[in-house]
Amino acid sequence: MVHLRKGLVLAMLLSTAAPAFAQSRVLVFNSNASDPAPKAAFEQLVADFEAENPEIDVQVNTFDHEGYKTAIRNFLTADAPDVVFWFAGNRMRPFVDAGQFMDVSDVWAEHGLTDSLSSTLSAMTIDDKQWGVPFTYYQWGVYMNRDVYAQVGVEPADTWEGFLANCEAFKAAGIDCLTTGSKALWPVAGLFDYLSLRTNGYDWHMQLTNGEIPWTDDSVRAVFAEFEKVLPYVSANHAAIDWQDAVSNLVQGKAANYVMGNFAVASFKDGGMTDDSLGFMSFPTINPDIPRAEEAPTDTLHIPAGAKNPDDAKLFLAFAARPDVQTTLNAALGQLPVNAEATVGDDPFLQAGFEMLSTAEGGIAQFFDRDAPPEMAKAGMEGFQEFMVRPERLDAILDRLERQRQRVYAQ
Amino acid sequence: MTALPHPAPPPATVPRARRSRRQLTPWLFLAPGLLMFSVYVIIPIFQSIWVSFHDWDGLGAMRWIGLANYSELWWDEAFYTSLKNNIIWLALYLLAVPAGLMIALFLNQTVRGIRIYKSLFFFPFVISQVVVGLIFSWFYAPGFGLFYALIEWVTGTGVALLADERYVTYGIIAAGLWPQIAYCMILYLTGLNAVAPDQIEAARLDGAKGWRMLWHVVLPQLRPATFIAVVVTVIGALRSFDLVSIMTSGGPFGSSRVLSYYMYEQALSEYGYRMGYGAAIAVVLFGIMMIFISGFIWKMWRDEKGA
Amino acid sequence: MFPRPIQTMSPAAQRTYKIVLPIMLILWLLPLLGVAMTSVRPSGDLAAGNYFGIPSRLAFENYADVFRNSPLAQYLWNSFRITIPVMFGAVALSCLTGFALAVYKFRLSLLVFFMFVAGNFVPFQILMVPVRDLTVDLGLYNTITGLALFHIAFQTGFCTLFMRNFIKALPRELIEAARVEGVTEWQIFWHIVLPLVRPAIAALSVLVFTFIWNDYFWAMVLTTGASTQPVTAGLNSLNGQWIAAWHLVSAGSILAALPPVLMFFMMQRHFIAGLTLGAVK
Repeated sequence: MVHLRKGLVLAMLLSTAAPAFAQSRVLVFNSNASDPAPKAAFEQLVADFEAENPEIDVQVNTFDHEGYKTAIRNFLTADAPDVVFWFAGNRMRPFVDAGQFMDVSDVWAEHGLTDSLSSTLSAMTIDDKQWGVPFTYYQWGVYMNRDVYAQVGVEPADTWEGFLANCEAFKAAGIDCLTTGSKALWPVAGLFDYLSLRTNGYDWHMQLTNGEIPWTDDSVRAVFAEFEKVLPYVSANHAAIDWQDAVSNLVQGKAANYVMGNFAVASFKDGGMTDDSLGFMSFPTINPDIPRAEEAPTDTLHIPAGAKNPDDAKLFLAFAARPDVQTTLNAALGQLPVNAEATVGDDPFLQAGFEMLSTAEGGIAQFFDRDAPPEMAKAGMEGFQEFMVRPERLDAILDRLERQRQRVYAQ
Repeated sequence: MTALPHPAPPPATVPRARRSRRQLTPWLFLAPGLLMFSVYVIIPIFQSIWVSFHDWDGLGAMRWIGLANYSELWWDEAFYTSLKNNIIWLALYLLAVPAGLMIALFLNQTVRGIRIYKSLFFFPFVISQVVVGLIFSWFYAPGFGLFYALIEWVTGTGVALLADERYVTYGIIAAGLWPQIAYCMILYLTGLNAVAPDQIEAARLDGAKGWRMLWHVVLPQLRPATFIAVVVTVIGALRSFDLVSIMTSGGPFGSSRVLSYYMYEQALSEYGYRMGYGAAIAVVLFGIMMIFISGFIWKMWRDEKGA
Repeated sequence: MFPRPIQTMSPAAQRTYKIVLPIMLILWLLPLLGVAMTSVRPSGDLAAGNYFGIPSRLAFENYADVFRNSPLAQYLWNSFRITIPVMFGAVALSCLTGFALAVYKFRLSLLVFFMFVAGNFVPFQILMVPVRDLTVDLGLYNTITGLALFHIAFQTGFCTLFMRNFIKALPRELIEAARVEGVTEWQIFWHIVLPLVRPAIAALSVLVFTFIWNDYFWAMVLTTGASTQPVTAGLNSLNGQWIAAWHLVSAGSILAALPPVLMFFMMQRHFIAGLTLGAVK
């Protein structure tokens, strides 16, 4: 039936002629860098690669940042390019499981990447094989308005008790201690991840996101118990606003702290904050016995299984993994290079992030929606948001997440 | 059209070849439209039902799982939230019918400039739902929305309507009612134009006026308009997708989902690629809609036979 | 006439009516007026908290900004590239189907007709997975052709319902007389029926234009990028970028709403005739 339909519609399309270039070494690269700065950074990367390999012609297809997440499903099966942009961790698992990504362990072995990219090795490995090459990451942490701290007369605290005590002081001054905008859900996942990493540690957090711990377990409740302590100090109406709206809360001094990714620094500075008024610190310690782990989502390049030019695609991946290339690319992106031999830009927040990540002995998590499988991620983030608005529903939320866990990981 | 003479039956002597060509002709005219419509509308309905019995992520092979998607729906709270919201949508959306009638009665006068007034009252209907959603998002926005400011002015504290699970669905429905009332209004204005003046005058002489006149004399004559208004409103309510997607994406924590949005979320959104489960939700929605479609078809069939 | 003409009422009632009418209109259009006002408010006003007062000046540069800093012009152009072919395609197909179903008496006629009617009312979601799949398989995913083909097919349902009833109401003698003269069926369609259904073609064209221009769901399902998405889906992604920039969101919204609104005011009679088909017996 389906074939018949296709035939019929094809017959209707009398005039569809696709242009076919007969050049020997074309490399097709599908990118999601639709915003101006990343787009320019990638154009530079491609130009540098072509300069070194003049016989290869790289064709870049740029997709809208959000649309890319749906589009990749289609082009991987229908019309595979040679290199695609994607994310590390469980976020790449559906494509690996479906056989859509190519095993690139040979690239890692040949260029010694297991050493130079060691920090993300585990996030790139499924079934003892590597499925892509990371080229950038950025830290998460607590961004703060120093002027507000000075105004209330408290110092940033590196322990959870100290942080909560500060919150009490901010509340007395009519300032939101912690702001966020949860309309798009994901900002609250950063908050949960840190509470989880600080309460039970990296290994436990990975077990949780891998579905090995029941959501109704007491260890999970311990995380939510810490979560509940900060709820009275979180901006009201956070469910109605986006992360950029919450940026204005911090900029305007209506809020003191914001758990965010480093990409928000540009927005803080657009709003008028400077390197002096904007502060950054690692998320406060909850259990001092647990080695400090951090959160740093990694962006990656992969070769689709259906790539027409896999050899040159591997050249491109090896190129993007090189320390000098990552230095240039990340300077343009305003993010951190993954390669340990690369140089970090001299922006103070990048420097602080680099320092923080390279001393995180506990481990580096990707992000809730990259560490957990997509369906679990969605259910989890919805649960976190609901908990923040209705903490009394914790039991019902955890029961629901546990049912999701049993279904999602059983597959 | 009942007055038209019936075409004479073709004489029995018509050669067989010509008769079969006569029979073929309508199908030749139908072919292109019927082909397109079958390929893109009729066949996909059955394919969706087929897909709903499978586990499929859109990438790999489909796996037959029988009724498992449906039994999962049975236990899925989000499904019931969506279903409940769809029922609220249906019930409240139908208010567009009496509201449209009221505005139509209000505007059914012949003062200067009334035509312009009628057009201006109607034109929210031609605006895309995306724009309507954005307009009302601004209207409700905490801090600087007009509605938020009004509530704050009256009660002292503003309500972030779209972030409160208690009100969010009603807030979206209110946005949807705006164009829908305009649609019902135009149906009734057209209907009122055709109301027989002699019957009204006769009823007036009998002393009928106001509500009694409306209920016993005018409304029966407006029945065709009412029928269409109810049909388009029911279908509009069950199809509600655009406003939910634009205004809340189903949030906060899924409390403003409706079946059509939940289906899209499961099958195509960033975090879900469960084509089979999505198809099962669509089949349920289709089943609900079939009740109304069957009613509509049944009435049309009766009219055709009567004509 | 019902209700009673206002002219037959007391002068006080007449005066009240004339005052209430514009007030009702302003209340009715309040959200829209608010957005129109926001679209010409300078961003400085918003930053300073002047959300509802008189704008400090009329900032028409917001509109220029929208075109300069976003692909809105491309989105609008895409909308036209989708809408206009669909308008021609759906109306042309339905002239043929409507003619077939109205003029010929054959066994399956009513069944085929009801299939068009019923298909026209199904929830889009039940078509989504297979239609998306078909479009991907044809290599038409994320193309204007792919989106337009679906729209033509789907709109044919509604247009057939309309055309068939319109042609059915034409005097049958014309067709019978032509048949006796030995005119071929195609010539009957082309030279006799088509000129008579011109009003129906006009009404359907404006309706289809509006429906397709305003479509959002299928644009989200079948297209992804700025090179193909129509303005509805485009506004959705711009809304994600223009957070807290309500002056831009408002200006973009007004621009996206403009073409169907203009179409409506220019073709009002046809538009309403099409929409209210069947509202009167």
